[in-house]
Amino acid sequence: MTTEERLGHCVGTWFPGATGIENARRLSGGASQETWSFDIVHPDGVTGAILRRAPEGYGAAPERAAGLPAEAVLMQRAYEAGVPSPRVLHVLVPEDGLATGFIMDRVAGETIPRKILRDDEFATARPKLARQLGKVLADIHGLPLAQLPELRRMTAAAEIAELDRDYRAFSGPRPVFELALKWLRDNDPGPSAEVTLVHGDFRHGNLIIGSDGIRAVLDWELAHLGDPMEDLGWICVNSWRFGEIDKPVGGFGTREELFAGYEAAGRRADPARVMFWEVMGTLRWGVMCCGMMQRFRTSPERSIERAMIGRRSSETEIDLLRLLAPRT
Amino acid sequence: MQDDPTPRELIGAAADFLRNEIMPQMKGHSAFKLRVSINALDLVARQLALEPASDAAEAARLTKLLGRDGSLADLNRALAEGIAKGKLDLETLGVRDHLWQTTLDKLAIDQPNYGSYKREMEEANVSAKAPSS
Repeated sequence: MTTEERLGHCVGTWFPGATGIENARRLSGGASQETWSFDIVHPDGVTGAILRRAPEGYGAAPERAAGLPAEAVLMQRAYEAGVPSPRVLHVLVPEDGLATGFIMDRVAGETIPRKILRDDEFATARPKLARQLGKVLADIHGLPLAQLPELRRMTAAAEIAELDRDYRAFSGPRPVFELALKWLRDNDPGPSAEVTLVHGDFRHGNLIIGSDGIRAVLDWELAHLGDPMEDLGWICVNSWRFGEIDKPVGGFGTREELFAGYEAAGRRADPARVMFWEVMGTLRWGVMCCGMMQRFRTSPERSIERAMIGRRSSETEIDLLRLLAPRT
Repeated sequence: MQDDPTPRELIGAAADFLRNEIMPQMKGHSAFKLRVSINALDLVARQLALEPASDAAEAARLTKLLGRDGSLADLNRALAEGIAKGKLDLETLGVRDHLWQTTLDKLAIDQPNYGSYKREMEEANVSAKAPSS
């Protein structure tokens, strides 16, 4: 059976009154997990839905991943706490025959960075996005730990050790990465005073944006417990500015706006720690690019997307040099 | 000696055909993958043109910096180890310039439209043109 047939087969068991599904299509992007869009047909009309699943043997970083069932719980908790978030409709069970994953509401909006950063439709949203995202992050970091699924506890030191190991596993010697690892070890600010939920991948592609601003936070695959400043640093990584390099927050805003939104929601931002995590995040994306190269080489699939992401690791090298060894 | 056209010319012709004649017919995920594939061909064409000179210059810098000979892989391993162990750092004569030049040479092939690369090249041009005082 095709994915479309399997969805149509099981929809009645989890969507009351559903008679079938239509318009199933796999969305582009997403090199590790599959995302499908489809419409649930029921007597009152149609409801847009998204399937997120990990076929057997897939996953960007099995050891880092929270797991799709945990992702579904986090998304639901975020939704209940007022974080812009899709409602979870169904967590896949073996009888569905669709591997592991879940189904959620399809939220209208845009995730493609170049459109968000350039199209007129988002012109009024752009100036307020950084501040909005500061508030969203504050709300995420404020989720009560007792309500969360079991997640990995991470520290800067543990993250450095993982990056060091992954880099050596994925790539030949890279002097710029060595420089960054050395800098991170020498500048590790130590464990954070407060440990919170960390989204772990809060950036373009995982944020649905509308003309009114942020509409939904997606993709909790890399969620963990740790230093909340990690999320603020990650969204400032130059790789997510898509050419708008003078606007550190996603290519649309300033750090000050991000921090103001965060602090207005009752939490404190620590700019020095955020900068540390920006360096870490830049190296992390570089190592992830090397990981894509490795998976391209070892997987029978020979994905051209993964191969080309492998050649983007040098982008993080120039960004690391701009951060750690500026010319002039 | 191989006959013409050169690898660069062949790859360029294939990329142009895909870009100009096939791309307009494609939609959705296939269009995305075709665009990535064309980018790959363009990257290979740049690498064929630029790599011999940049590799030679990199090896020459490393030989001077490290005071030893070896393959490019060996020399890079030695530099990486020196940095990891703290024996070489940004204050070591030649290290900063070497890392910058090597990285710029990689970006010229991998992603010459990358924002940080374009900015660094603009600034280098501005300072090269500025009258010395």
